[in-house]
Amino acid sequence: MLASLDSATASQAPVTHFSSEHSALSINQFNLAYAGKSALRDLTLSIPRHRVTAFIGPSGCGKSTLLRAINRLHDLNESVAHSGNIQLEGQDIYAPQMNVTELRRRVGMVFQSPNPFPMSIYENVAFGLRLQHRLPKRQRDDIIEWALTSAALWDEVKDRLHRSAWQLSGGQQQRLVIARTLAVQPDVLLLDEPASALDPISTLKIEELIRNLKSQLTLVLVTHNMQQAARVSDYTAFLHTGELVEYGPTDQVFTNPRLQRTENYITGRMT
Amino acid sequence: MNRFSSTPRRRLLDALWPWLCAASVALSLLMLAALLALLVVRGLGHFWPATLEEITLRSGAIVAGQPTREAPLPQAEGFERLYFTANRDIDGVSWRWVNLDDIVSRSTPSDLIRLERNPWGDFIGRLAGVETGGQLLREDQAWRYLTQALALPQAERPDAELLLVTTDGQTLRQSLSGVSQALAPNAMSWWQKMHTWSRNVWQFLSQGPRAANTGGGVWPAIFGTVLMVILMSVIVTPFGVLAAIYLNEIAHQNRLTRLVRIGVRNLAGVPSIVYGVFGLGVFVYGIGGTLDSWFFSDTLPSPTFGTGGLLWASLTLALLTLPVVIVATEEGLARIPDAQREGAVALGATRLEMLVRIVLPMAIPAMLTGVILAVARAAGEVAPLMLVGVAKLAPQMPVDGEFPYLHLERKFMHLGYHLFDTAFHGEDVQAAMPLVYATALLLVLIVLVLNLTAIFLRHYFRRQRGSEC
Repeated sequence: MLASLDSATASQAPVTHFSSEHSALSINQFNLAYAGKSALRDLTLSIPRHRVTAFIGPSGCGKSTLLRAINRLHDLNESVAHSGNIQLEGQDIYAPQMNVTELRRRVGMVFQSPNPFPMSIYENVAFGLRLQHRLPKRQRDDIIEWALTSAALWDEVKDRLHRSAWQLSGGQQQRLVIARTLAVQPDVLLLDEPASALDPISTLKIEELIRNLKSQLTLVLVTHNMQQAARVSDYTAFLHTGELVEYGPTDQVFTNPRLQRTENYITGRMT
Repeated sequence: MNRFSSTPRRRLLDALWPWLCAASVALSLLMLAALLALLVVRGLGHFWPATLEEITLRSGAIVAGQPTREAPLPQAEGFERLYFTANRDIDGVSWRWVNLDDIVSRSTPSDLIRLERNPWGDFIGRLAGVETGGQLLREDQAWRYLTQALALPQAERPDAELLLVTTDGQTLRQSLSGVSQALAPNAMSWWQKMHTWSRNVWQFLSQGPRAANTGGGVWPAIFGTVLMVILMSVIVTPFGVLAAIYLNEIAHQNRLTRLVRIGVRNLAGVPSIVYGVFGLGVFVYGIGGTLDSWFFSDTLPSPTFGTGGLLWASLTLALLTLPVVIVATEEGLARIPDAQREGAVALGATRLEMLVRIVLPMAIPAMLTGVILAVARAAGEVAPLMLVGVAKLAPQMPVDGEFPYLHLERKFMHLGYHLFDTAFHGEDVQAAMPLVYATALLLVLIVLVLNLTAIFLRHYFRRQRGSEC
């Protein structure tokens, strides 16, 4: 499906746009400021559907800020102002007629440290479902099993669904949070350094999960870990001081970056 | 020389300071234990059927009574002992100080009896006989008849006249209907005394006061205290929690919010009598007076809500404890990580859903901590209540079978005020002192029970969440 696109990128042209049929999210001239201080400047990129796109860059470069903007989490903070637009499947998410809670259901988000709710494993996964509409128990149970299976957690927790989620290990908790998000069947999953608080084994499991999930939805991953970005992502965007420096297929960005700044960062000469 | 070497002085200080801390803890514990011991011994000892003594004085007079305590003579060498001699109708007094040097002989005859009567208080002396239906019973027969008659409920007791003799030979006729208890403590075994003791304690807990609060029980005061504290909690909890939610979750964290927060914290330090004055002015005279003129104008000028009552007292105490609940709840809300809030919102929850489903359940232990502190403060508060509705003797209980069952406008009794009144406003201060200790012990126990309930609830909610947060 993306063959034409991949051949286009092979010609080393800057890849910041996909045709609308391939693009899940498109960000157009997006600016964002915290209390008057600019955090994102004139970002334009589009994120391909059913692929993993990684945002990399030094701390404070704005990659998490961008991720939260896609979920409109900045709405909770009054001091944030923005301009430009972000389109999800062609709809402007900041348009007045946009239903924010529906947007957040369609764009799931997983945070840096696992944040399961203080309730049972079952209730954690059912949380988003209960917000939407009343489902018969049988149907809800099926969705929960499906979500936990998709998050590669079902076999580990199927015998203790009604135990507290806080008794799980960190890696299990993070997969539970992913399952919780999957249960409401989002189109896009945003992952904000999902493995940075986990041990290497748990990290590997999360990475494997990310690779498996792209057949179901579009993933956007923020990471500090270059190897991780190289291992799991299809496309990589390098951000620095709120600007998009380079964006292209991961292989190309890591092996043959167009810009010296990108190469410096990837090889660890700039932090 | 190494200037970081540890000198003996530094080593000594380092060895000593944990002991200093431990000593402070020990001292606190010791004081607490001493307080409880005093209340338990003096308060519960009062209900024990004490031995009665018959003493012969150097003057030849014979006195019977319960030895209470000894004190040095005011001007001379030696000691005097206080006897509770009862018989106020005969002697005019019921207490007597006796110089120890004046006592020729002491004995504890087993036929000395102590009657609990109304009016005139206790009688100490001997039972000469019982007159019933034209028949005269004497000696053991009379005593057996008396104990059997007193075992019956009040309404079923037969008409009878008791013939009583004091130790100094005066006689007295006493109708059986005025007697509530008859004991011969010197003839009782330990088990019988124990039985009497538990019955006395039960009567203290379950009956109303007698003899201007110097006798009888404290049930209306227990009931009033607990009811008022419960009403206060019901009023203060929602207000406090909503205010804390506003301050922590909704308000912009700017200078005004900080100012409000400081104000709330300082309200907790306002003397409680000031709240009493506020309650009197605003609730009783202001709101109560207005309610009376609107709805109860037919009974004016006698006020219905325009005078102190249960509702106004609960409201005043709710106001008094509001800062405590706000501060505790707010601290609990601030401890909840933002990741939890964001997690809920990111799943498509609205702000209300996030608050109700995630934040509030996590804050329940903190709210309960606030309520615990509020209850502990409110149950012991007396000063403001004197202005807004507590009564020395409430004619009616605030809850009864008459519609609407809960009478918020009624005055009520309170253990704290009862204690104050018993200690300082009774006629017979000597008789009241043991009751003061017993009431104080009860007040401590009630606060303890209310607190334990809340602590148990908090523990329950924590366990339910399976966390230690």
